[in-house]
Amino acid sequence: MAIEVRIPTILRTHTGGNKTVSGSGATLGALVDDIDSQHPGIKGRLVTDEGKLHRFVNVYVNDEDVRFTGALDTELKDGDSVTILPAVAGG
Amino acid sequence: MLRIDRASYDAIVAHARRDHPDEACGVVAGPEGSDRPERFIPMLNAARSPTFYEFDSADLLKLYREMDDRDEVPVVVYHSHTATEAYPSRTDISYASEPFAHYVLVSTREHGDQTGLVGDDVELRSFRIVDGVVTEEDVDVVESYLFGHSPTTVVYD
Repeated sequence: MAIEVRIPTILRTHTGGNKTVSGSGATLGALVDDIDSQHPGIKGRLVTDEGKLHRFVNVYVNDEDVRFTGALDTELKDGDSVTILPAVAGG
Repeated sequence: MLRIDRASYDAIVAHARRDHPDEACGVVAGPEGSDRPERFIPMLNAARSPTFYEFDSADLLKLYREMDDRDEVPVVVYHSHTATEAYPSRTDISYASEPFAHYVLVSTREHGDQTGLVGDDVELRSFRIVDGVVTEEDVDVVESYLFGHSPTTVVYD
């Protein structure tokens, strides 16, 4: 099972500059663990110590923001595409 | 230094004024590697707030897909401050995640709407924000990017 993950500029230091990486997992959480095993450090940029997605980052499965589909528990299937984008926000 | 054309500069300022007293936000995209802001894209402030801005999550995905398809990057990421100076706030710094972007801030505290008075200059400043470190840079407004090119050599027989 291969899922393509689009990596934003700021996280490409973890992926050797690659814009996309490929991983596997039945849920988004499992996919993040798999990617982190290939690209150490990336999980810490996405997931808090409490095991939740960072407020600063948006993750989409296909076109859906995972905040509305179960966050890290969002189920994945072969061929899904995951996009990670930092929130553009401020005060 | 941020080099920006007059049309984009004016569009940013007009957007900031129009949305006052809420913060306005958007990007000016440009070809990857060019550092040239060309395509002005105003965004909705999903927070609709005088003290916070955030791109709507669906709009954000659409924007980045579109830039990807066109081989563009967000050369400028702009937003306004409506009651304070045009300098990145602590929140701005904590969210900043485009190390190659010019973060442009406009303050509308003195000029919510155009006063029409001579000297109604806008407070617009530009910064790099990398790893939590803010570095201000000069802003060079050019009438057109064309004039920055070397003239084509014309050879008459």
